Amino acid sequence: MPETVNGVAFGILAVMCVGGALGMLATKNIVHAAFWLLEVSVAAAGVFLLLSADYVALVQLLVYAVAVAVLMIFSIMITLRRLEDAIRPRDFSAIAATLATLFCALMIYALRGFHAPAGQKLPAVAPDIAAFGALLFAAKGWALPFEIASLILTAALVGAVWWTREGEK
Amino acid sequence: MRVGLEPFLMLAAVLFSLGLYGAVSKKATVQLLMSLELMAVAVNINLVAFSRFITPATLDGWFFAVFTMVVSAAEVGLGLALIIAIYRRSRGSEVTGLSELKG
Repeated sequence: MPETVNGVAFGILAVMCVGGALGMLATKNIVHAAFWLLEVSVAAAGVFLLLSADYVALVQLLVYAVAVAVLMIFSIMITLRRLEDAIRPRDFSAIAATLATLFCALMIYALRGFHAPAGQKLPAVAPDIAAFGALLFAAKGWALPFEIASLILTAALVGAVWWTREGEK
Repeated sequence: MRVGLEPFLMLAAVLFSLGLYGAVSKKATVQLLMSLELMAVAVNINLVAFSRFITPATLDGWFFAVFTMVVSAAEVGLGLALIIAIYRRSRGSEVTGLSELKG
């Protein structure tokens, strides 16, 4: 068990995450933006693997990198009929940039004063999927939130079908 | 070279700010949803990093991250359905065209 997380791997993944996000915001083509989001999702799954959260990394790949990306591309295909529709004018907003920069600066300023003793070295206890499953389905653990989550997904599914149904009148 | 908890929090802060910029500035609704997804990913990185470094045995951050993913998957499904419904109604999905509540 290493003392902490490998810095080189973290650096590569961080550059992939931030670079993908910048590409997503900078590109003029919406389809390209969807693919940049896919790249960020895969890099974030790598970050989760680095934190030995293998189950979360798998769910991240399945939900974000597959399901969400496919949904995004399908809805782009449905709402944009012609190729020219996918090319957006460059919309730089100074107010939004100021807001985001201020927020980022505030967060990083807050983090500079944050030196949790537990954050300096990695605990030896590695989380594993078996413990996760046992806790997820324990009656005193997360069984009730799990059931509520399935209810939320069902409601979202029915709502999506109801919203997009044919024959409004 | 080894890194601790703080670099993960920094990465998440930068990703969240980029998502915030996109969510405020983008005019196309699909791009707006993508920016929201970016913010959700940043939050999940924070949760998992805290879980790994602070409470590795109880896995709290894992559960929070997985439930966040459930909620944001539902949000994306509903958001895209809403975009398609708006498109059917007005033949376009620009945020600037959505200033009427009922019309």
